[in-house]
Amino acid sequence: MKHAILGGLAAVAIAATLTGTALAADISGAGSTFIYPVFAKWADTYKTATGIGLNYQSIGSGGGIKQVEAKTVTFGATDKPLSDDELAKNGLVQFPMVMGGIVPIVNIDGVKPGDLVLDGKTLADLFLGKITSWDDPAIKALNPSLTLPATPVAIAHRSDGSGTTFNFTDYLSKESDDWKNDIGSDTAVEWPVGIGAKGSEGIANTVKQTVGAIGYVEYAYAKQNSLSYARMINAAGKTVEPNLDTFAAAGANADWAGAKNFNVIITNQPGDNTWPIAASTWVLIHAQPDKAAAAAEALKFFDWAYKSGKDQAKALDYVSIPDNVVALIEKTWSGIAADGKPVFTPAN
Amino acid sequence: MALSAGMLDDRTSGAARRSAQRVVVQDRLFYLLTLGSAALVVVLLLGVLVSLLIGAWPALSTFGPAFVWTQRWSPVKEIFGALAPIYGTLVTSLIAMIIGIPVSFGIAIFLTEICPQRLRRPIGTAIELLAGIPSIIYGLWGFFFLAPFLQSTVQPALIGSLGQLPLIGVLFGGAPYGIGLLTAGIILAIMVLPFITSITRDVFLTVPTLLRESAYGMGMTTWEVCWSIIIPYTRVGLVGGVMLGLGRALGETMAVTFVIGNSHNISPSLLAPATTISAAIANEFNEATGALYTSSLIALGLILFVITFAVLALAKWLLVRAEVK
Amino acid sequence: MSSYAARRTRNSVAMLLAIVAAVIGLVFLFLILATLLVKGFTAISPQMFLENTPPPGEDGGLLNAIVGSLAMTVIAIVVATPVGILAGTFLSEYSRGHWLGEAAKFVNDILLSAPSIIIGLFVYTVVVVPVGHFSAWAGAASLGLIALPVINRTTQDMLGLVPNALREAAAALGAPRWKSMVSVIYRAAMSGILTGVLLAIARVTGETAPLLFTALNNQFFSTDLGAPMANLPVVIFQFATSPYDDWQKLAWGGALLITVAILALNIVARWVAGRGNQR
Repeated sequence: MKHAILGGLAAVAIAATLTGTALAADISGAGSTFIYPVFAKWADTYKTATGIGLNYQSIGSGGGIKQVEAKTVTFGATDKPLSDDELAKNGLVQFPMVMGGIVPIVNIDGVKPGDLVLDGKTLADLFLGKITSWDDPAIKALNPSLTLPATPVAIAHRSDGSGTTFNFTDYLSKESDDWKNDIGSDTAVEWPVGIGAKGSEGIANTVKQTVGAIGYVEYAYAKQNSLSYARMINAAGKTVEPNLDTFAAAGANADWAGAKNFNVIITNQPGDNTWPIAASTWVLIHAQPDKAAAAAEALKFFDWAYKSGKDQAKALDYVSIPDNVVALIEKTWSGIAADGKPVFTPAN
Repeated sequence: MALSAGMLDDRTSGAARRSAQRVVVQDRLFYLLTLGSAALVVVLLLGVLVSLLIGAWPALSTFGPAFVWTQRWSPVKEIFGALAPIYGTLVTSLIAMIIGIPVSFGIAIFLTEICPQRLRRPIGTAIELLAGIPSIIYGLWGFFFLAPFLQSTVQPALIGSLGQLPLIGVLFGGAPYGIGLLTAGIILAIMVLPFITSITRDVFLTVPTLLRESAYGMGMTTWEVCWSIIIPYTRVGLVGGVMLGLGRALGETMAVTFVIGNSHNISPSLLAPATTISAAIANEFNEATGALYTSSLIALGLILFVITFAVLALAKWLLVRAEVK
Repeated sequence: MSSYAARRTRNSVAMLLAIVAAVIGLVFLFLILATLLVKGFTAISPQMFLENTPPPGEDGGLLNAIVGSLAMTVIAIVVATPVGILAGTFLSEYSRGHWLGEAAKFVNDILLSAPSIIIGLFVYTVVVVPVGHFSAWAGAASLGLIALPVINRTTQDMLGLVPNALREAAAALGAPRWKSMVSVIYRAAMSGILTGVLLAIARVTGETAPLLFTALNNQFFSTDLGAPMANLPVVIFQFATSPYDDWQKLAWGGALLITVAILALNIVARWVAGRGNQR
């Protein structure tokens, strides 16, 4: 069986190298829906600039990890960093691509974007099913000037394995002991209540369709679809808006250089102007790729994205990785090699 | 064949014999070709079964038979139980049948007994054509139109009236999500409607005219003819048709995935989000991390296969019996 | 006479209920079609057929998905048709008393209504996993497996309708059995078999579940059968469950396109079958 699989892979690799030289193959990737809006934008621009497309399926971080491990795609993207052991076991390298913010989105009659204010404890109680109506005293206390209807709360959560879920539940665990003890944090958890939706796209759509709903998505989804997001009270006790500044304030706390395999979580960071549910997306790629040419094309694209994609990231309110960190990352790329040679060396 | 070749052997020249042998070989080849193709169909079904068994084995050996009746579905802790999807599959199909069967029978009676002759064919054809519409269309409509409609009007009314009653109140409790078991059941009912109606109508038409006319001649009313003559006469075929519809509802994926809500919690309320076997597979299979997770989803597929196999086999047996009669 | 009145009342009530059932059922089905037409027509434009699926927020069409669906359907049908016809021939002509015949007939009818998502799981384990990646081949394989029982079943039914006199006449002329099948019986049942193939195409066109984890999807135009390929049903699913208005619009356009194609195929199939019967 193993031989058959290896043989099959070898045949595919040969076929790929044969065709790879003949026509510029598209880069294939899968995973995080958190990063999808900016990947889609970058892919479009990159295709016009170079003729090489990026076929990225936003199937969720869990799917991205699975597909890259199974080698069905050249790279995976995840918002939950893999541990050193997991990386070593599958021969993967990981590095951050962008940072951004996760926002609670709501569909309540009369509540416009930014009207509603929530804190971590209340958000956890909503997702635990303890708060069932929008006129609950706990919510009223945070929003004294807002008229909240007695609409029942409909929770929308991810049904697929999701890095957004990981960061969101990580934040809730830091803020609520009940959440930490009963549910915990991971890419998929046992939700006590609510509707499961596929991908950030699914959550945004479900919230859009369902009166009384609350969900959580990367900010770009809220912005692109004019959904009502909530403001949050951060670790410093200040109420903050989700925007590039508050996301960047969270990202500024990240000590990329000091963390092995760039394993840094940036939820609930200190600072008056810090958005509490900030997250990063990592790219996963094999250190010994079967298809060197495909891996090289992917790295070339990432190099381009780091250096030329900043404005587009900014337009969608993603925080770019600082230049000094990019230099660190690209240094690690020398470890991505085939036949002892790095597959791609970025020009500086 | 053998006989004719033997006769030729005795009486004809060598050339004719060779040509006859060639024909025998060609016939044999053609026969084997058709036999092989038919065998392939059987092999295919066995292949599906075996591949599902192999794929499901890690999950089944880890959790044992308890896989079927435990509810916990935790990808984080790698604990999986199939009860919630099985429950959702059975309940949505049950709702579909409760709504779908009377309405289909009503349409079939309308088409065979009441409808003006001129309209029977066009309406009948239209319904048969509707049976071919892909299920994703029903899902699309359910998600964008039926669910919001149910959430804003029907469900609050149900919660306010039936939900307040003792005993059956729990069936209509909770918040109006719009999507959930009831919505999925209704969509399935609409989807199997053309299907069951076409079969029912065909089965009704097998009643001999003589029998029907004699009953009318005895002075029976249309309803009495339906209830006492047509339905008893076609009983077996009707059940077969219903079972075929049930088989469809049980295995339906796309129409349900849109509106079921994908929740692995079992709630007594019909308004609550739930999941079905096929919806769970469609939603989670590509994203499932870890061998046990994937295997558990394949085990769900195996359970679905066993359930639908039983239902379809029964349907087939009943329909064959109906034809024989 | 009161019992007569009661019977008449009961009859009126029952008939009224039957009419109500018919009206409700037809109204719902009509509503779905009407929604589809309204939503779909506003989405259909030349652009839909000329451009590929866009990233969110940009203009685009469904060209790659349409081409992908066509490619996979063609491969599926080209492979499934001969196998289906041959299997149907065995079951209708050769199988009397053969244990395999009974088994294959039964199995075929099960496959005919088996949940399509299970076919998807099967192809995933036997094609996608060993090869190591999603591909249009895998998508075509699962569609072929769905088309096969349809073609098999219609072939059986249609060959059964060919009068025995034709078989006897061919045999009396000294035609070998295979020759009489190919030149006489198939020809006589031609329109029926063609109907089966058309119905199989119609069935395959709307299948979504088996493509989810075989062909996957592709946001670009691709003719590489060894790679993931865009296809209409999965694009409709993905776009409809997204929050973007322009994606949802394209989903409705695609849905209308599929439905019209399937209805047209069904109508042509009926017409072909009807012509066959008249002869």
